[in-house]
Amino acid sequence: MTKEENSGLHYPDISNLDLPDNVRDQFDAMREAEQRSLLARKAELEACECREGMFPNVVASRRSFFAGAAAAAAAGTLPVIARAAAPPGAKEFDVPADPTKVQGRLTNDDGGYGSRSQFEKEVRWRFPTATKESSWTMTPLENSQGIITPSGLHFERHHGGIPTISPESHTLIVHGMCEKPKKYTIADLKRFPSVSRMHFIECSGNGLTEYRAPYLKTVQGTHGLTSTSEWTGVPLSTILAEVGVQPGAAWILAEGADAAVMTRSVPIDKAWSDALLAYGQNGEAIRPEQGYPLRLLLPGFEGNTHIKWLRRLEISDKPFMTREETSKYTDVVKDGKARQFTFTMEAKSVITFPSGEMKLPGPGFYEITGLAWSGRGCVKDAEVTTDGGKTWHYASLQTPILPICHTRFRFPWYWDGKPALIASRCSDETGYVQPTIAELNAVRGVNGHPKFASIYHLNGIMAWEVAADGTVTNGAHKV
Amino acid sequence: MKKLGMRHDALAGLAAALLASACVSTVAMSEPFGFGTTPTDQEIAAINIDVMPDGRGYPPGSGSVAQGEKVYADKCAACHGADMTESVKGSGADTLIGGRGSIGTEKTKKTVESYWPYASTLFDYVKRAMPFNEPGSLTNDEVYAVSAYILNKAKIIDANATMNAETMSKVEMPNKDGFIPDPRPDIHNYR
Ligand code: HEC
Repeated sequence: MTKEENSGLHYPDISNLDLPDNVRDQFDAMREAEQRSLLARKAELEACECREGMFPNVVASRRSFFAGAAAAAAAGTLPVIARAAAPPGAKEFDVPADPTKVQGRLTNDDGGYGSRSQFEKEVRWRFPTATKESSWTMTPLENSQGIITPSGLHFERHHGGIPTISPESHTLIVHGMCEKPKKYTIADLKRFPSVSRMHFIECSGNGLTEYRAPYLKTVQGTHGLTSTSEWTGVPLSTILAEVGVQPGAAWILAEGADAAVMTRSVPIDKAWSDALLAYGQNGEAIRPEQGYPLRLLLPGFEGNTHIKWLRRLEISDKPFMTREETSKYTDVVKDGKARQFTFTMEAKSVITFPSGEMKLPGPGFYEITGLAWSGRGCVKDAEVTTDGGKTWHYASLQTPILPICHTRFRFPWYWDGKPALIASRCSDETGYVQPTIAELNAVRGVNGHPKFASIYHLNGIMAWEVAADGTVTNGAHKV
Repeated sequence: MKKLGMRHDALAGLAAALLASACVSTVAMSEPFGFGTTPTDQEIAAINIDVMPDGRGYPPGSGSVAQGEKVYADKCAACHGADMTESVKGSGADTLIGGRGSIGTEKTKKTVESYWPYASTLFDYVKRAMPFNEPGSLTNDEVYAVSAYILNKAKIIDANATMNAETMSKVEMPNKDGFIPDPRPDIHNYR
């Protein structure tokens, strides 16, 4: 038996699905990554008495690991470095038996920048692409709270690694079809009037493993390529007014200063409307993985267009036809043609609790919650079904409900302990209703059509199956 | 504002004051802030590396298929495979040729040969991002040469061809008509 079979982590057999080789490789890689994270979680749960709970508390096993490590250290078999093994973003401290009987840690002893609790261990996991430079990570949505994604958990997609760029030397050059080409330092850009806006960014590859059949187990795997931050910066329209755009200008090339020198063509209407040159994220400087010191934000557009480490904007009359808008991020549909410049991420939602690999401890009250979003504006409503789509009920939307932003929905549910099929769907301010995956495939071409795949821009309904024993599994395509 | 300051009609004083306050924001919005500096032509040229389908942006230089064969063997084959038809497993590199006519069939295979609509994209991308282990290290002549070699292996240009700005802009790719604009929303369950 393989380690995988041993652990009970069975994945659907997809050997009979007609998938292009590269897509099959992606599925396999995603499975491996998710498996690795689930195996690690399972190993920790073994020693935990509360593994039946819906939010399993794995601290006990971690403590016992450290107790073991400490004992080994005392016995001289290990250097005393076990503390370094606190979860990423946390520091390990001794836990007093009674925190009211001893003084706590010294004020500002963290150097002035705080970290999360050592008991919190949500992390992004990486899609195991061949290189770690061109790769991506998924946001752990299952335990997400509210609508903001912590900056350190914001999903990533890099094509040439994460560059280290000093804000002192970085510049943005704006040129091409304009009266006055300009060069801006970050300090220059910060002098302009600024705005802050909350927006999601979603990779158009989000959910690619689910378009044929249920595949990955967790919502991190099926939907983790979307995240929300508050972004602060200068409206691009301000800069366009500064440089004086010439008549006939229709596209702008945005270019990054990473090893991929990432480039995308942006329609000038988008540049004039709500595009932002962002230097701030969630109240501080934008994170290096998100484009420090400067990122182009194109609210509602597929993630790849939000060029990170922005160094150049060239105004032109035509699109540039870069590799990422021809070879990649294009969708072959059923007539064999490929859709190009499919920018907008359409209305989509997913239940984050309960979701795959959780276990409900027994019949009773649960608050179903999840996220809804649309690249076309505000979410108008979110509905939840608990009977596999026979009946739908409006969920309450948590304020604020912001345009092009994750919106949290909540729905009270009394689970009777019988198998249930739960799902969400949303609509946006244009009236567009989130379709089923089957509806998308029928239009774009999978079932009954030549077997190729439009693997980007999948915004179909996601379902989860709750078994009588409370186990939650992937129910994609079942609603 | 300046014009208002030159008015001499005392009776218009109140109106002028009102107008002035109303104008403040207009002035702020219509006059440039003027931050930043003017980049020199050299500064722009140093990073203005993109090449467009109509030929704009190609730098001076040239390279032949024969020269490209050597560049490819030295700097690309390790990842993209000696004969280009199958990239080296574990390198993460894409396969560059083959699959012509396969797009939209059960055996869809996207390569430069089968899928890319413009040759400019090949020059542009190789120059900016390849070789992966040493991005941006090729001379313009080397980029012309290796592009020529790839296009030749893809049966798009002759083995004795030499590519430069002019010849590159004339290349017609097999899948040049393979792309359509975004027709979404493609589902119409409006409410
Ligand atoms: C060290 C390995 C490596 C070497 C050497 C290398 N490449 Fe690549 N190549 C890659 C990887 C990895 C990618 C995909 C990058 C990404 O994920 O964005 C790629 C992508 C490409 C693509 C885009 C293919 C597509 O379908 O989108 C082209 C074209 C290309 N390389 C050409 C070249 C040429 C020409 C050379 C030699 C000058 C070269 N490469 C050398 C690893 C390599």
